Amino acid sequence: MASNAKRARRRVAVIGAGVVGALIARELSRYGGEVFLFEREVDVGWGVTKANSAIVHAGFHEQPGTASGRLCVAGNALFPEVCRELGVPFQRIGAYVLALADGERAAVEDLRARGEELGVPGLALLDGDEVRRRLPHVNPDVVAALWAPTVGITEPWALALAAVENAVDNGVALHLGEEVTGVAVEGGRVRAVTTGWGTYGVGAVVNAAGLAADRIAALAGVPVPRITPRRGEYLLLVDVPPSLRPAVLFPVPTPHSKGILVVPTVDGGLLLGPTAADLAPEEGEATETTAEGLARALAGARRLVPALPVGNVVKAFAGLRPEPAGGDFWLGRTGVRGFYQAAGMRSPGLTAAPAIARGLAAEIACDLGLALRPSFSPLRRPPPRVAGLPPAEWDALIARDPRYGRIVCRCNRVTEGEIVEAIRRGARTVDGVKFRTRAGFGRCQGGTCTDRVLALLARETGRDPEEVSVQGPGSALVVGRVR
Amino acid sequence: MRTHRVDVLVVGGGAAGMAAAASAGGEGARTLLVEEGSRLGGVLDQCIHPGFGLHRYREELTGPEFAARLVAELAGVEVWTGQSLLEVEPERPRARAVGTAGAVEIAAQAVVWATGARERPLGALRVPGARPAGIFVAGLAQRLVNIHGLLPGRRALVVGSGDIGLIMARRLHLEGVEVMGVVEIRPYPGGLLRNVIQCLDDFGIPLLLSHTVVEVHGRGRLSGVTLAEVDETGAPRPDTARFVAADTLLVSVGLVPEVEGIPFAPRDPTTGGLAVTSRLQAAVPWLFAAGNCLAPFDLVDTVAALGARAGTAAARYARRELSPAPAVAIGRGPGVAALVPSSLVPGEEATLYLRASRPLARAWVAVGAGIVGRTVHGVRPAEMIGVRLSPEETEALARAGNATVEVIPA
Ligand SMILES: Cc1cc2nc3c(=O)[nH]c(=O)nc-3n(C[C@H](O)[C@H](O)[C@H](O)COP(=O)(O)OP(=O)(O)OC[C@H]3O[C@@H](n4cnc5c(N)ncnc54)[C@H](O)[C@@H]3O)c2cc1C
Ligand SMILES: Cc1cc2nc3c(=O)[nH]c(=O)nc-3n(C[C@H](O)[C@H](O)[C@H](O)COP(=O)(O)OP(=O)(O)OC[C@H]3O[C@@H](n4cnc5c(N)ncnc54)[C@H](O)[C@@H]3O)c2cc1C
Repeated sequence: MASNAKRARRRVAVIGAGVVGALIARELSRYGGEVFLFEREVDVGWGVTKANSAIVHAGFHEQPGTASGRLCVAGNALFPEVCRELGVPFQRIGAYVLALADGERAAVEDLRARGEELGVPGLALLDGDEVRRRLPHVNPDVVAALWAPTVGITEPWALALAAVENAVDNGVALHLGEEVTGVAVEGGRVRAVTTGWGTYGVGAVVNAAGLAADRIAALAGVPVPRITPRRGEYLLLVDVPPSLRPAVLFPVPTPHSKGILVVPTVDGGLLLGPTAADLAPEEGEATETTAEGLARALAGARRLVPALPVGNVVKAFAGLRPEPAGGDFWLGRTGVRGFYQAAGMRSPGLTAAPAIARGLAAEIACDLGLALRPSFSPLRRPPPRVAGLPPAEWDALIARDPRYGRIVCRCNRVTEGEIVEAIRRGARTVDGVKFRTRAGFGRCQGGTCTDRVLALLARETGRDPEEVSVQGPGSALVVGRVR
Repeated sequence: MRTHRVDVLVVGGGAAGMAAAASAGGEGARTLLVEEGSRLGGVLDQCIHPGFGLHRYREELTGPEFAARLVAELAGVEVWTGQSLLEVEPERPRARAVGTAGAVEIAAQAVVWATGARERPLGALRVPGARPAGIFVAGLAQRLVNIHGLLPGRRALVVGSGDIGLIMARRLHLEGVEVMGVVEIRPYPGGLLRNVIQCLDDFGIPLLLSHTVVEVHGRGRLSGVTLAEVDETGAPRPDTARFVAADTLLVSVGLVPEVEGIPFAPRDPTTGGLAVTSRLQAAVPWLFAAGNCLAPFDLVDTVAALGARAGTAAARYARRELSPAPAVAIGRGPGVAALVPSSLVPGEEATLYLRASRPLARAWVAVGAGIVGRTVHGVRPAEMIGVRLSPEETEALARAGNATVEVIPA
């Protein structure tokens, strides 16, 4: 019993497998001790992490002296290394903030001053002619712009998935489909977490529960204000010519948000959005789009780029920013010993995540007396991807496994071999395959391949097709057999 | 990488590609047909309803039966199934394909593009609301039912009255699914009249014209949609909005030609398909095309006829018998929604395939300000109108320097 309690004191429960919780679990796996990662969804990265702008920000939008400002700049600097170790796409394409009228010039200058104070490298002010020369496709009214070369784009859910894979390889216990319903505190210190499946004695709890982080804090008796879901709606365009997606484009920010952007995606598309509309705290799952929101997203994007190929729109979606009261991230130790916050992850939470994870893991290791583990490996073996692979390497892959020669998703060139590998690595749903392989993410949005993905999921997991869902319980793709 | 040498490479083993390969082979060309699927047939494979082949075979066949007839005509053609064509070089007819045996380079004299069309997804319409499970493009639902034997849902609504949507409304009804109706934003149906009668009217399935889906509801699985009537401009009227409970939404809102494999070949701005002359030849002279990758066709017989024509032309090109000829651009005048081909070769026979932009009891199809004219009865946007032009007529149009097509109420 005593040794059990001793063991429990070296155990950390991370609540939430979004990009923040995933990276924290991975950083914790550098140390001795046990790590449990609890996620209520059946897969990783399906919260805020799956619907956002996917920008690795430079930091100039943040206020000096804030945690978000410091950690955004630090996180941006860590991104190339983390993405290389984990085999996740990251493209440092840079960004322009466009001033479209004389009245907006001051805002751009102000951003530069803020950025420089925060230590953002490489910022430069450009005049209108220079911007028009570099970006012939943008609104010709542009009078000035801020150029930020360190801004990048990534795939947030891919980063979360890869971080979890690497964490599990390093000994983290992943508990999917397991919602944390209680946090036991005795004598001012956390003792255990309870889920639908059982109770786990722990010495530390990390609250990385995204939009639900206020409720988790309440479970532990940590007083926090509520989190406001701030909805952002987007339109996604695919197969966009490279001339229309050289860099991220921002307007000058509003007091409320960074405005409506035009953002290249890592696979040749464009995101238009997000809007910003505050919802009631209980609307933390309201990811529906609205007619007004989509119209506003399109109008805002057209202000930056007048001639957008709207015929290439294949999808509308919305994400919810977990806006913390007070405006800054909630991070680190709290009044309850062993209860740590990694919450209130408004934008730039994705960017800051690697730096947050590193700092928080070190803090927890220090508090629990955990030492670095020499056997930790930061490297993940990325799954093979045939799109963009040199022909000889693709041939070699097919020679090893012919299923890599059978294309299932024509739009994004995804083979049966890649889908089988995604299932081997944990995909159990149609969306699980989509987020891991991009099958169904392209111009036909799965119209051509979904039946084959379903058949592969059923075959590889030994289930009937009726048992395969799109995104977890209650979302079956098919309901029965024809008679 | 292996290199495989042929005279004519045909890409896509649907009706268009099979007909093209059969006729190229019949011309004596060494012909290779490459199909990505595990078998030939393309969209025919999933169309188990009758209604195919009335023109070509003077019989009413099912899709698979029609495909089997075409397969039987492929004697002497080399057929690769389970092979995807990856890319074609812009400068010469060289292509790369991949399959379970690895990558292959194909060196041809001419290429026939016949990759069909994909279905437009709901997202392209920017309908607001949720994105739960239970939303299917109609052709996907058709494959789930007819090929995999799986039922997509229990209570369905169809948005878009294209032929696939109409056929699937009936198919689901026959499988015991409650079909709440077919919603169409235009004041007339998008599919063939015979399909409206045989698929909806005969089964009492409502057709809601001038209606659209304004919002999608449901978390997890679809719970329903909000419908509304639209005004003359197509804008929804909020006062008419009503909720319809359904766990399934079939989307049949159009086909988009699949031409991404040949980005270097110019597209027709009105159809989105490959731009071709009346010889079915693209701007790149060794490239020919037929079928739904030009524009969505309503009848497989037309598609097969185009395929045969493209295959013959490609074989002649490969034999250096097709001399270059200047082509006259075909203009799209009032009343024309879509038109194949994009240009005419003077002094040669040609067929124009066009869709009118609205239904008309009687219309006058005029080419070149009346140099050529045809009266057509019962014009429906769903049905392609074929206008055959004699060599003298194409010559006259070229001489006048005007080949603009108009559909005028008469
Ligand atoms: C519209 C929008 C645009 C944005 N753009 C950017 C950007 O461009 N750049 C940038 O840096 N940041 C951006 N952000 C912010 C960024 O997306 C977030 O900061 C980041 O994704 C937060 O990740 P997370 O892991 O904290 O949250 P989440 O991904 O939501 O993860 C929390 C997880 O906790 C789980 N969970 C909740 N309760 C429980 C429980 N009781 N038990 C178990 N599991 C639980 C949830 O299911 C969820 O998976 C944007 C956000 C939005 C919404
Ligand atoms: C649901 C439905 C019902 C219909 N009902 C009728 C009817 O009742 N009567 C009638 O006459 N007509 C009907 N039609 C119309 C007619 O059948 C089609 O227009 C015709 O079959 C299209 O033939 P296609 O060869 O152009 O295209 P498809 O049949 O789509 O063939 C294209 C082929 O190309 C392959 N391909 C694509 N890209 C590649 C690549 N890169 N490499 C290798 N292969 C590739 C595809 O796998 C596919 O097999 C119907 C059509 C549909 C969709």
